[in-house]
Amino acid sequence: MIKLPIYLDNNSTTKCDPRVFAEMTPFFLEDFGNAASKSHAFGWKAEEAVDYAREQIAKIIGANSKEIIITSGATESNNLALKGVFEMYAAKGNHFITVSTEHKAILDACKHLEKLGAEVTYLPVGEDGMIQVSQIKEAIKPNTVLVSVMYANNELGVIQPVREIGALCKEHGVLFHTDATQAVGKIPVDVLADHIDLLSFTAHKMYGPKGVGALYVRRKNPRVKVTAQMDGGGHERGMRSGTLNVTGIVGFGKACEIAMQEMESEGARLRILRDKLENALLQMEEAYLNGHKEHRLPNTTNISFKYVEGEGLMMGIKDVAVSSGSACTSASLEPSYVLKNLGLDDELAHSSIRFGLSRFTTEEEIDFTIQCVTNAVNKLRDMSPLWEMFKEGIDLKSIEWSEH
Amino acid sequence: MAYSEKVIDHYTNPRNIGTLDKASSQVGTGLVGAPECGDVMRLQIQVGENGIIEEAKFKTFGCGSAIASSSLATEWLKGKTIDQALEIDNMEIVEELALPPVKIHCSVLAEDAIKAAINDYRVKNGLEPLELEKSHH
Repeated sequence: MIKLPIYLDNNSTTKCDPRVFAEMTPFFLEDFGNAASKSHAFGWKAEEAVDYAREQIAKIIGANSKEIIITSGATESNNLALKGVFEMYAAKGNHFITVSTEHKAILDACKHLEKLGAEVTYLPVGEDGMIQVSQIKEAIKPNTVLVSVMYANNELGVIQPVREIGALCKEHGVLFHTDATQAVGKIPVDVLADHIDLLSFTAHKMYGPKGVGALYVRRKNPRVKVTAQMDGGGHERGMRSGTLNVTGIVGFGKACEIAMQEMESEGARLRILRDKLENALLQMEEAYLNGHKEHRLPNTTNISFKYVEGEGLMMGIKDVAVSSGSACTSASLEPSYVLKNLGLDDELAHSSIRFGLSRFTTEEEIDFTIQCVTNAVNKLRDMSPLWEMFKEGIDLKSIEWSEH
Repeated sequence: MAYSEKVIDHYTNPRNIGTLDKASSQVGTGLVGAPECGDVMRLQIQVGENGIIEEAKFKTFGCGSAIASSSLATEWLKGKTIDQALEIDNMEIVEELALPPVKIHCSVLAEDAIKAAINDYRVKNGLEPLELEKSHH
């Protein structure tokens, strides 16, 4: 028996793994001490739990515990990375390089830095959503301080050539930050092999609780520092003050521990399910995959169903939770900037649906989803004037649409 | 944002989906909106000799609220005279469907579609198209 509704919006957030939840619970009512309380057992217990969790958080990205700063999530980590580097390395330069398809946490932080006098280059991506290493090479200048490129894109699942970018940055003496929120726990990420200096990720994308994340800050070759954006008690080596979210951190650590054990087999299983879903849906007429087919996370697929609008489609598949790049679903009534940056025609940007599978997704749920989506697309096409015109052979680009 | 029951009803059981013969002089066709906005409505009316709208059909590319707005419009149009049809105001659609502020533009588009269909009918039958207030959104 499938339990409805089915949740396939795991790039937005994930359910806590029951093992994570179980690990967290003692720290609410029993071992509730402040990890910074040095003088009693309540504090010692909390500190011990945090230390252990921190080790797991470091291990999953191949880092050392001392290189992990705990934050409230990837957004804060991204802000700390960009703003912290801007302030700390101001004497070295003020030029930042990033990509137009980054998460808003990066783009808006960059806009903020521009107001403070930073110079930011926003590189465009190709039709497949990928950045070319040569683009970064050409953009680096004597006053470049940091390059920030996300490991995997949240909307498309596209994986950037991070290792090559890292190597390039190292060669040029420029710091390399990556927002690895969607990648950690799904694919192997190694800060040493990938030549990464700063890395953001968060618990709630990997079956951990919301409200806790981390920023990796390299300590060797080179030693990197960031100016704290949160001042106070000097926690996290003075780089992020604030009482530690012990319960969250414990959950985060457990989530990392589980992911390290299960990532490989889970990735293989998810890839099969995702491919089944994707192949079935792409069989439909005028259905298009968004983003590079191969360089992609194993759990994500973003598909446009031409001539059908995204929010309308989601309403037709109410038993399946997904998200869309349609303007109607955004508060600003602007379609997804990521899809627009791929050069997608408007009809396709408004018609996209993103599916994100999880550890808990079953084949039965995928089969149900295939049926559900297929039926809804067909029903909406019967209702779509654009589909009718397409079928009649009318070139929609030749129409003079009314003022809107 | 939860949809109102009426919007869901119109979406699940849309009224009057279809196509009328564009070439007929009795039929007025309004095609409004644009793919780049994510909203396109085609509304058609068939006007009888007595000036009463006998039939109305629609097809819409858009969200649930857009579909519901145009579906409702066709329901309201049937049996009205052209003059009565011109009086349909988008806020009546908003009220009937309980559209939230962010979806009001869907109702405006439906009103535009009605007027565009009427004007098309008028032009086909040798009448001047009406000077209509340009709706702002």
